[in-house]
Amino acid sequence: MMKRLLLFAALLGLASGGARAAAYPERPITLIVPFAAGGPTDVVARIVGDHMSRTLGQQLVIENVTGAGGTTGTTRAAQANPDGYTIVMGHMGTHGAAPAVYPNLKYDPQKDFLPIGLAAGTPILIVAKKAFPPKDLKEFVAYAKANSEKLNEAHAGVGSVSHTTCSLLNSILGIKPTRVPYQGTGPALNDLVGGQVDYMCDQIVNLTPQIQAGTIKAYAIATEKRSPALPGIPTTKEAGLPEFQVTAWNALFAPKGTPKEIVAKLNDALVKALDDENTRKRLLDLGGVISDRSGRTPEALGTLVASEIARWNKVLRPQTAAK
Amino acid sequence: MTDLLANLALGFSTALSLQNVFLAFIGCLVGTLIGVLPGIGPIATITMLLPITFGFDPVGALIMLAGIYYGAQYGGSTTAILVNIPGEVTAIVTTLDGHQMARQGRAGAALGIAAIGSFFAGCVATIVIAALAAPLVKLALLFGPAEYFSLMVLGLAFAVVLARGSVPKALAMILIGLLLSTVGTDLETGAERLTFDLTALTSGIDFAVLAMGVIGFAEVLKNLETPELRDLAKQPIGRLLPGREDLKRSAGPIVRGTLVGTALGIIPGNGAVLGPFASYALEKKLAKEPERFGKGAIEGVAGPESANNAGAQSSFIPLLTLGIPPNAVMALMVGAMTIHGIVPGPLVMTKNATLFWGMIASMWVGNLMLLIINLPLVGIWVKFLDVPYRLMYPAILVFSCIGIYSVNNSPSDVLLTGIFAVVGYALLKLGFETAPLLLGYVLGRLMEENLRRALLLARGHFTTFVERPVSAGLLGAALIVLAAAILPSVRRGRAEVFTE
Repeated sequence: MMKRLLLFAALLGLASGGARAAAYPERPITLIVPFAAGGPTDVVARIVGDHMSRTLGQQLVIENVTGAGGTTGTTRAAQANPDGYTIVMGHMGTHGAAPAVYPNLKYDPQKDFLPIGLAAGTPILIVAKKAFPPKDLKEFVAYAKANSEKLNEAHAGVGSVSHTTCSLLNSILGIKPTRVPYQGTGPALNDLVGGQVDYMCDQIVNLTPQIQAGTIKAYAIATEKRSPALPGIPTTKEAGLPEFQVTAWNALFAPKGTPKEIVAKLNDALVKALDDENTRKRLLDLGGVISDRSGRTPEALGTLVASEIARWNKVLRPQTAAK
Repeated sequence: MTDLLANLALGFSTALSLQNVFLAFIGCLVGTLIGVLPGIGPIATITMLLPITFGFDPVGALIMLAGIYYGAQYGGSTTAILVNIPGEVTAIVTTLDGHQMARQGRAGAALGIAAIGSFFAGCVATIVIAALAAPLVKLALLFGPAEYFSLMVLGLAFAVVLARGSVPKALAMILIGLLLSTVGTDLETGAERLTFDLTALTSGIDFAVLAMGVIGFAEVLKNLETPELRDLAKQPIGRLLPGREDLKRSAGPIVRGTLVGTALGIIPGNGAVLGPFASYALEKKLAKEPERFGKGAIEGVAGPESANNAGAQSSFIPLLTLGIPPNAVMALMVGAMTIHGIVPGPLVMTKNATLFWGMIASMWVGNLMLLIINLPLVGIWVKFLDVPYRLMYPAILVFSCIGIYSVNNSPSDVLLTGIFAVVGYALLKLGFETAPLLLGYVLGRLMEENLRRALLLARGHFTTFVERPVSAGLLGAALIVLAAAILPSVRRGRAEVFTE
């Protein structure tokens, strides 16, 4: 009975493949967020997903599958049925740095996924404890180079955004600080505010309130333009370290084999969400950066992933190999 | 002082608006109901219900989420008492005496005292937060990795006190717990440890999986050994709520538990988990007949439950004043605030005064709601125990599996729980207690991380732990607790230790 049922279902699937793409979506879509609810990627997914649900006429249900720096959830998405009903919000780590960080990665960010489009990114800031001597980025660079061995840098665990982006910073500066790992940004920030560690790199969403309150100091933001959320903080370009350019981008991916029409539909819903006034405002208020129209195509995302993998491989490989 | 009153007035005027009282009620009710499902703790509950709050204004949404948190926390204690499944780390202790009370037909008294103790603790913690949040948080910032490690050592010393029977066996359990906590990805290098190349183990073993396996499921297995003995007609039903004698016995533990819980809750990095353990250890030491503990002593429920709730609330202090979440639940609350457009930080207190004081006032409202919801529910929960085993056990197992699955949406977690059930059953049969194992597991991860952090910061010098005064003080306290726990049993010799 069961066998026959399965066969019937398979036949039905074959017969209606094309028609199905046209009718898509007929039921809620699972959006896997490979990070904990409430984190920066989750917040972007919920804000963007909210609007996409309205365009598609079906709910995007967010499923937080956490673990191993986001690779657990991403692996699950890679192995999901490519019918358009399971997609994933990947980010700089899962689809950029992961191959360099995890030697046993069970998916290939390029081969196992079809890019849908870039959602929104969060800029990276260099911050330090309040009592840290350097006053601006130039002084920080000089101080860090002179005291490389004495420095303590906090990060939220190997493979986290704060870890990978500070790896980039450290390699640009050629410094070797003691890198103190924490379980997430919260505890790391706690010790930075408490003055137990010297500096860290992290996403703007996590840092804005502390910077505004003056409990930590910010040296620079690693984007092209200053952020409206923190207009007083110079860009790395202005402050004299133009090589340090990095944004924690978040983007939608579908498992390989998902029909083209469905990817196009999802991309269309994403683009519409990012054009919506209210959605934009919610993202911008948090300090997010929204890609312009040309950057939102699947092709643009594909190019970004390729360049990110190459970049992080260069920055992170020597370290993982040495350890 | 006048400032405080004005602020509290502002808070209550916010929290007592019809809409917000209603939201607090709904939050507490839903939190309690979902929290009662085994395995679904506050985190899973809040994650599931997060989308519901999108339609409300931020204050209302947060009041509701906070209600869900208290409710789920309390719901976890309910399952701990009724079916011996700790829904939350903090409910492990409640299983010790709470479930024993339930077995003796005193589930109502245990649930009642948990609600009353929690309410008292909630009231005190609310006042502490309102009056002292700002100065207290400065104290919390003194806690670096070295202090935190020493605090965890003190916590492990409590674990020895928890043990009902033999101290060596308890030590063995603690060590196994510590070992289990090292499974997973190494934080510093990203290397996999003890995972045997299994994907399911790369992020370590989830607390719910371990707790439900070795305590909850193992209990079910054990009960299957004996045919159903309960004859309800013959069993005295007993008072539904705690009686005068119970209240008298519990008054001291509730006050002490509240103080201990509040103090530990302020410490960032989840100091609150230690509250119930510390309270239990304290009560056992103070008790005239410590041998009653573990056999249904109401003090062993009243103290830890008060500490639990006090800690749950005072752990809001780092979040509200610093904007830094001290634990996973609080991190989720930050996320919820972020989605509502408020990024919590040190300035929330001044920039969003209505929100800040509204939250604080709503804590008290939430606690009142919990009392109002739970006292009548006690009768219903107790009725569940009348369900015949042949219906109840399959139901517990099914709901537990659903709960476990919901934590990480992972089928392998359910399998792992099954494996731990067999392990837990074997341990039970061999006379080992599993509570110290769980405590070792919970503290192990925090302990290892902070040990390594402290040593990284000190460039490898172990002296850092005694050079820092707070850390040295905590280590000293740990020594005293250990000595107090081990010496009597050494003196009394084998005979008495094994009397159980």
